[in-house]
Amino acid sequence: MMARGLLRFLASLLALAICNAASVSQPISDSHRSAAVDVFLPLDGSFKSLEEAYEALKTLDVLGIDKKSDLSLSTCENVVKVLGSSSSALKDLFYALSVNGILKCKTGEIVPKDIVSKLQAGAKDAKLLLDFYYSVRGLVLAKEQFSGTDVSLGDAEAIFRSIKALSQNDGRWRYSSNNPESSTFAAGVAFETLAGVISLAPSEIDQSLIQTLKTGIVKLFDSIQKYDDGTFYFDGSEGPISTTASVIRGLTSFAASESTGLNLPGDKIVGLAKFLLGVGIPGDAKDFFNQVDALACLEDNRFSVPLILSLPSTVISLTKKEPLKVKVSTVLGSKAPALSVKLADALSSKGSSVISNQELKFDADSATYFLDSFPKNFDVGKYTFVFEILLDESANEKAYITEAQTKVPIAATGAISIENAEIAVLDSDVGSVESQKKLDLSKDGAVSLSANHLQKLRLSFQLTTPVGVVFKPHQAFLKLKHESQVEHIFLVKTSGKKSELVLDFLGLVEKLHYLSGKYEIQLTIGDASMENSLLNNIGHIELDLPERPEKASLPPLQPTDPYSRYGPKAEISHIFRVPEKLPAKQLSLVFLGLIVLPFIGFLIGLTRLGVNIKSFPSSVGAATSALLFHGGIGAVLLLYVLFWIKLDLFTTLKALSMLGVFLLFVGHSTLSQLASASNKLKSA
Amino acid sequence: MVKSTSKDAQDLFRSLHSAYSATPTNLKIIDLYVVFAVFTALIQVLYMALVGSFPFNSFLSGVLSCIGTAVLAVCLRIQVNKENKEFKDLAPERAFADFVLCNLVLHLVIINFLG
Repeated sequence: MMARGLLRFLASLLALAICNAASVSQPISDSHRSAAVDVFLPLDGSFKSLEEAYEALKTLDVLGIDKKSDLSLSTCENVVKVLGSSSSALKDLFYALSVNGILKCKTGEIVPKDIVSKLQAGAKDAKLLLDFYYSVRGLVLAKEQFSGTDVSLGDAEAIFRSIKALSQNDGRWRYSSNNPESSTFAAGVAFETLAGVISLAPSEIDQSLIQTLKTGIVKLFDSIQKYDDGTFYFDGSEGPISTTASVIRGLTSFAASESTGLNLPGDKIVGLAKFLLGVGIPGDAKDFFNQVDALACLEDNRFSVPLILSLPSTVISLTKKEPLKVKVSTVLGSKAPALSVKLADALSSKGSSVISNQELKFDADSATYFLDSFPKNFDVGKYTFVFEILLDESANEKAYITEAQTKVPIAATGAISIENAEIAVLDSDVGSVESQKKLDLSKDGAVSLSANHLQKLRLSFQLTTPVGVVFKPHQAFLKLKHESQVEHIFLVKTSGKKSELVLDFLGLVEKLHYLSGKYEIQLTIGDASMENSLLNNIGHIELDLPERPEKASLPPLQPTDPYSRYGPKAEISHIFRVPEKLPAKQLSLVFLGLIVLPFIGFLIGLTRLGVNIKSFPSSVGAATSALLFHGGIGAVLLLYVLFWIKLDLFTTLKALSMLGVFLLFVGHSTLSQLASASNKLKSA
Repeated sequence: MVKSTSKDAQDLFRSLHSAYSATPTNLKIIDLYVVFAVFTALIQVLYMALVGSFPFNSFLSGVLSCIGTAVLAVCLRIQVNKENKEFKDLAPERAFADFVLCNLVLHLVIINFLG
């Protein structure tokens, strides 16, 4: 059920979005009513809270949908329970009374005096704005529902003053005297409360107090926001719909309660009505309730009732010759009073005025105004119609208000005549026609042409509007499709008298990928204003193109299966960096041998010199340290070899540092012994 | 004229040879070591000239190892030579210890750069 409602909401939102771009508001209609049933009726037959119940029931009541019988049982039980309990909060009592006002539950067992005294005590002791609201409005509802009991506010003026103390200079109100936060929503709540106080007061409230409230209302209207299309709204932290609805509720109840009348700027009232209607069908229950409740307040108020001009269809078809219908109604779709609608101006897209000051005729049966005669030069295209409403002032009890001028975008469509359609093959140099065929574009044709790459193809036709002006279509394409499914699209340009396309095959040879063969010709002409748009196969052309040179691009591969584009792509062959040329292995080995030669030469030279190790120490201590010294050096060299082969620098350095320290000690001892030995030899 | 120059060259060579024979053996060992190192470097340069310097760091490392050790050996020779008045007070063992240490550090760097 929710999915259906959502789908409907989306569909109507789309439709209204298109309409809204046209800035035409539609009053509440049956689509609203069916959506309301989906949004508000709870799935399990009972409401979660009395507040929700009140919002749903009020909305359904305003829209005229009668579903009360299904829900009243469980809801009434809840209402009676709350009203009968002595520990109910002010908010619950208020909502219970509100629901009771709609459902009219059987409250025989309830003692109204308890409720009334509780509400009166609440009003006297209240400090917060919302407490004042629930208690005062609760008393107003109790007065309507329990006719026997005496409901009056004891010290009305004191309560009035304490509520008024929460107002601010900029027109907004605070929720409590402690909290400096203020909002426009609170202003609406305050006005509703004060209206209740005025209506319940036993004697007249001081007029000066009421006058200051009226200046506050003027200040409040200073903070109104607007959109470019003339809609006005109040914004706040609760959201624009809730805030606007709250203000409208407050102002209408205030205007209803006091006798001197309230003057509010008419254009802003119409703007507020347009804003609420412009919301479309809200998906949220709270927004829906606020919209419908506010519109119900505007429908029947003391200051000015807005009237909405709407069009069921904004398209004029010149072939069907139907009149353009205009409806004027209240925001909830009820009948408007006697008035006349005038088409002040019909501006074409170029800005010239095609119709002016034409009064629309009225059809009493369908309650619509219509325009059935259009001037002879009314052509297809886009227009902006400007409507004005003239109210018949004398006959009205209420004050009605409308927009000064309503601008509506209108589209006029018609049948475009296509003449002199022909296709020809021309010799390029001379321009002479080799073959020419006339085309009938009302149906598919089977023209057969042939051309080579030195020739040109010319397509031309003339489009004329019903008035006789040359028509430039939004889309005019010629498609050539080869046997191998390769397609090419060309635009047909319109200039001056006719639309023409000349394809010079000499220049197009590369674009056509040098593919010779049979090409299908397809023509598309379309426009929003054209009722007879066409997409026709004209025929075939045999093209003879030269051979593809080596460097030309291949035609794109057409997938045999349209889903094959989702298959694996061609494999990429990567090109890696070419490795450096290394010398031949044998050469490197030869040189390895050569390197060893000087070492062998060194060894031979040493033996020739008579190298000996006679001075190698013979005593054990010296011998060991000498051996360790040589061993240490050998170990370091081995460590270097390991470092080259596999170790990293840090391990090497660690090992080297240890070996180095060892070598230091050993070397020092060996060399000092050698030094002392040679010193002894010298001295001796 | 040619004959006299060749005879002069021969005489020069012979005198050098005899003078050189007088040097102590340990200096001759060091000289031989230097010649060995330089020859190794020359062979490496010849190889690079033949096959191109692709792993240039290896080439540099090899050549610098030979040249470096040759230089250190020359320093050792200077310090150990008894006829050198400057280093009279320096014990030859100390010079040798320096030579060994410097060689070890040189070869650590060489091995790191060899790659």
